[in-house]
Amino acid sequence: MLIRKAPELTYADVTPKSVYLDRRKFLQAMGIVGATAVAGRSLFDITFPSQTAFAATKFTGLVKSPFSTTEKQNTLEDVTHYNNFYEFGTDKGDPAKNSKNFQTSPWTVSVEGEVKKPRKFTMDEILKIAPLEERVYRHRCVEAWSIVVPWIGFSFSNLIKLVEPTPKAQFVAFESYFDPRQMPQGRYAGLDFPYVEGLRMDEAMNPLALLCVGMYGETLPNQDGAPVRITLPWKYGFKSAKSLVKIKFQEKMPPTTWNRLASNEYGFYANVNPTVDHPRWSQAKERRLGEIFKRPTLMFNGYADQVAAMYSGMDLKKNY
Amino acid sequence: MRSLLISKWTKVAVFLLCLVPFGELVWRIIKSELGANPVEFLQHATGDWTLRFLVFTLCITPFRKLFKLPDLIRFRRMLGLFAFFYVCLHFLTYLGPDQSFNLSAMWKDVAKRPFITVGFAAFVSLIPLAITSTAGWIRRLGGKRWQLLHRSIYFAAVCGVIHYYWLVKSDVRKPLFYGALVAILLLWRLGSWFSQRRSQAPVRVATPRVSVNG
Repeated sequence: MLIRKAPELTYADVTPKSVYLDRRKFLQAMGIVGATAVAGRSLFDITFPSQTAFAATKFTGLVKSPFSTTEKQNTLEDVTHYNNFYEFGTDKGDPAKNSKNFQTSPWTVSVEGEVKKPRKFTMDEILKIAPLEERVYRHRCVEAWSIVVPWIGFSFSNLIKLVEPTPKAQFVAFESYFDPRQMPQGRYAGLDFPYVEGLRMDEAMNPLALLCVGMYGETLPNQDGAPVRITLPWKYGFKSAKSLVKIKFQEKMPPTTWNRLASNEYGFYANVNPTVDHPRWSQAKERRLGEIFKRPTLMFNGYADQVAAMYSGMDLKKNY
Repeated sequence: MRSLLISKWTKVAVFLLCLVPFGELVWRIIKSELGANPVEFLQHATGDWTLRFLVFTLCITPFRKLFKLPDLIRFRRMLGLFAFFYVCLHFLTYLGPDQSFNLSAMWKDVAKRPFITVGFAAFVSLIPLAITSTAGWIRRLGGKRWQLLHRSIYFAAVCGVIHYYWLVKSDVRKPLFYGALVAILLLWRLGSWFSQRRSQAPVRVATPRVSVNG
């Protein structure tokens, strides 16, 4: 990496995690063994930081969010080794294994469709849209497990306002990156890629809808949707599309990936709802990772105060 | 080969081998190496091993004939009982962590969810087979009736595969793999039944497939 007088840090320039971790290791080791031997090892690590560690870079100055839950957070280890990211394989452990070399830099997100100012955003531009917040959200998978994750990002509405949707924009579609060369396991997923998800405009404008660029104080790990994803805590996890490359505003409801596979099982809305079961299993309860017995699932995953009004008058048994 | 198959020690070795998956699970529990969702890990592992042992058990008869190794019968009961052992563990992971040992909740779930219904049916159908697996029961029932009863392992295997198929969301490769194995093993039986009927049509004496010492 070239040393330059950067006025501010960019997405790719933040200190690689291996460097600061090894510095800490180095300082610890000084107390235990002689400094010289360790210095050599540490120097080696600084000179040749491992490739995988490069992606995880730390954010500073995060704003706390009133939307955060105080519930016990799951560990980073759990959240990064139990993933549904079918482009990288369908076993929960596959994404961690198969996304190691996923190229997320450079990255652009194309925002298009029914907007006055369509444009492409680089990651650096995305990071400057709004102050980054840490939001600790409950995340409920349609498979009846759940986690609590400290995400980093800002309300998606910030981006919407920048591109000025036209009155025709009734829905927004999110498209995930797909490259069969980088994601060869995707062909066995049984899904049509690229992955597409969508929201109604009022849902997209809801402050809970988070354009997410990190978690646990750092940039997103590849298996959790690096470098940028959407996070919708009141909906089942599959709505929260990962590794976004396209955001399209449109008049019509976009066809979404799981809904196209099995529309009787995965609705467009997919709001967390303990009273409407998946045809094959109950949604009344969920297993929080780290717990043995199941706990009751909350309406809208516990975010009813923020989102229930958007669905008043709708039959949620039909619009599941 | 034959002396190896009838050796007492081979039976002991196979028995210990069948316990290896269980040992691994116990080891992982002690070391808490069950991943982010330990309950699901145990459910999937015990379910997988149930299907595998059902397939092993179903392999015995065709292998005896194809490879002319009638002594393989010595292992059939043990493999079948291990399938039952793993399905019991599998059922416990469902009754306990999923249903909190609440029997009425469990019955509701069994009645409501087709994938649970078929899995439960497979489990229940294996219970009488485990009970009547002793030489005493073969005598009491008589070879023919015993054999008829124990054919319900075909039902259990098919239900087990459907149970797995209905569980997965979109990647059906593994359930289809087990499905293919079970299909081959059952079709082979159908084939051999037809060819036997044809060759022995006038006499209609079936070669006894059950051995009391098995």
